[in-house]
Amino acid sequence: MAEGSGASGAPWQVAIVGSGPSGFYAAEALFKSGLPVQISMLERLPVPYGLVRSGVAPDHAKLKQVIDVYSRIAEMPGFEYYGNIRVGNDVSVGELCEAYDAVILACGAEADKPLGIDGESLAGSHTATEFVGWYNGHPDFRDRVFDLSHERAVIIGQGNVAADVARILARSPQELAHTDIAEHALEVLRTSKVREIFVVGRRGPAQAKFTSKELKEFGELEECDASIDPAELALNEASAAEIAGAGNAGAKRIVEIFSGFAARPPGKARRRVVFTFQKSPARIEGDSRVRNIVLEHNVLSGAPMNQSARGTGKFMSLETGLVFRSIGYRGIAMPGVPFDPRSGTIPNLAGRVVAEGQSVPQIYVAGWIKRGPTGIIGTNRADSVATVASLVADLPKLSAAGGKSGFASLRSLLHGRGTRPVSFSDWKRIDAAEVARGANLGKPREKFTYVREMLALLA
Amino acid sequence: MTTVVTDNCQGCRFTDCVAVCPVECFHYDGEMLYIDPDVCIDCSACIPECPVQAIFEEDDLPDDKREWIEINATRSKGLPVCSEQMDPLPGAEERKSALGF
Repeated sequence: MAEGSGASGAPWQVAIVGSGPSGFYAAEALFKSGLPVQISMLERLPVPYGLVRSGVAPDHAKLKQVIDVYSRIAEMPGFEYYGNIRVGNDVSVGELCEAYDAVILACGAEADKPLGIDGESLAGSHTATEFVGWYNGHPDFRDRVFDLSHERAVIIGQGNVAADVARILARSPQELAHTDIAEHALEVLRTSKVREIFVVGRRGPAQAKFTSKELKEFGELEECDASIDPAELALNEASAAEIAGAGNAGAKRIVEIFSGFAARPPGKARRRVVFTFQKSPARIEGDSRVRNIVLEHNVLSGAPMNQSARGTGKFMSLETGLVFRSIGYRGIAMPGVPFDPRSGTIPNLAGRVVAEGQSVPQIYVAGWIKRGPTGIIGTNRADSVATVASLVADLPKLSAAGGKSGFASLRSLLHGRGTRPVSFSDWKRIDAAEVARGANLGKPREKFTYVREMLALLA
Repeated sequence: MTTVVTDNCQGCRFTDCVAVCPVECFHYDGEMLYIDPDVCIDCSACIPECPVQAIFEEDDLPDDKREWIEINATRSKGLPVCSEQMDPLPGAEERKSALGF
């Protein structure tokens, strides 16, 4: 038995807020620690898996197989899932600290970074998050309206989320029809008039943030060509030095893929994706809705691996009816927990939440709310392991095991507030119903997209 | 498509890749790591982590390394899972320098 645990073998109670990758990897690391722990995973939606369910693109089915790993963790003794509970609303972090020995906030980064330009809030200007959530059936974005009646769309940003948005706009309906894309989105995409999709980067091709795997997919679409003006691939000296560096093979590969697109003869596909570089949005124009976007040409300066973009005062205008911004995410402050509005994260040292240099007892962070919105699914595993190492070192000093009652003491409190927790076996019923709905449509799953539908199924 | 560990791993086995693998698809012997292609989900998180650039997506494999697809598929099956980062093999740093990293 681990040092400090109760003589009866009663476990420490740990709450994990959020059921995405970082939450599940935190749970896995806690079980591997060997300490006796009872874990309550609290999720604001009835359904688990965070961005694996509502972020990973529907045409990336293989990536979603990671869910098998999470469902195995969820079935381990000592693990309980409680969906449909909004921490910070249905229950406070302070109340969790009374019921649990430790709380791990793994609630992600749910807000987008704004561009900070005029016209950003015109109709037709959207965040990538809204669009991704909409096509993936996230209840928060179920009723968003996207007008795909204009022939040109412009995406600001060159990371994997921008790539997902561009690819979903570029794919033919047939390519998406047998994925788990939400049917309401597929219906709208079937009527899309979009022919040209600009993907705009602030810096050059050597600094694009796509993974090579995501970028290569643009060369393999059924009804869409990838297009680049070869002149835009000319690298300055510092960028050439960057991709020649031994540690930067990824960027070198990205530039090779771009060069391959640029070398292709003009295609005849119905749609094309145009990658363009060294441009920043200056303003979005229109009366009631987006009519065009003005981009400023940039010049790069600085040492290799540290180049920044600066405006040149030269502008160009693109007529468009649809603009998506995808330049990163920000976390949302959790009531009662310190927050750094500048970075959009919760300040921490090795996962221990800190305020004014002092660590806040009992509260830990993992994933995007800890380190910011970087990396891919697996990056969260190492991140959560590091947080749990801090927690496991602190736990015997924080409290004796068996002193807290965990979810038992929340249950009546939540009942009194009209909240109906959704258990993991409840989720399995929702899951089975979604798979059955999908089978009727030739899809692996048709998600429920309203919380009320999910709860009605359990009534 | 799969993701493949190649000969640069031999004698290094840094296992930085293992720390970010979301599905525990790495297996190991006394020489190197191997990816089980039936478990790997092709997320490519491991590729930039390798200090000696031993890991490739199948499509990106140089011609002289294509044999590693089969070696990973067969060797991974009989070997233990590497689920946490381990110490590199003795001599790994020297091998890394010799490989030019």
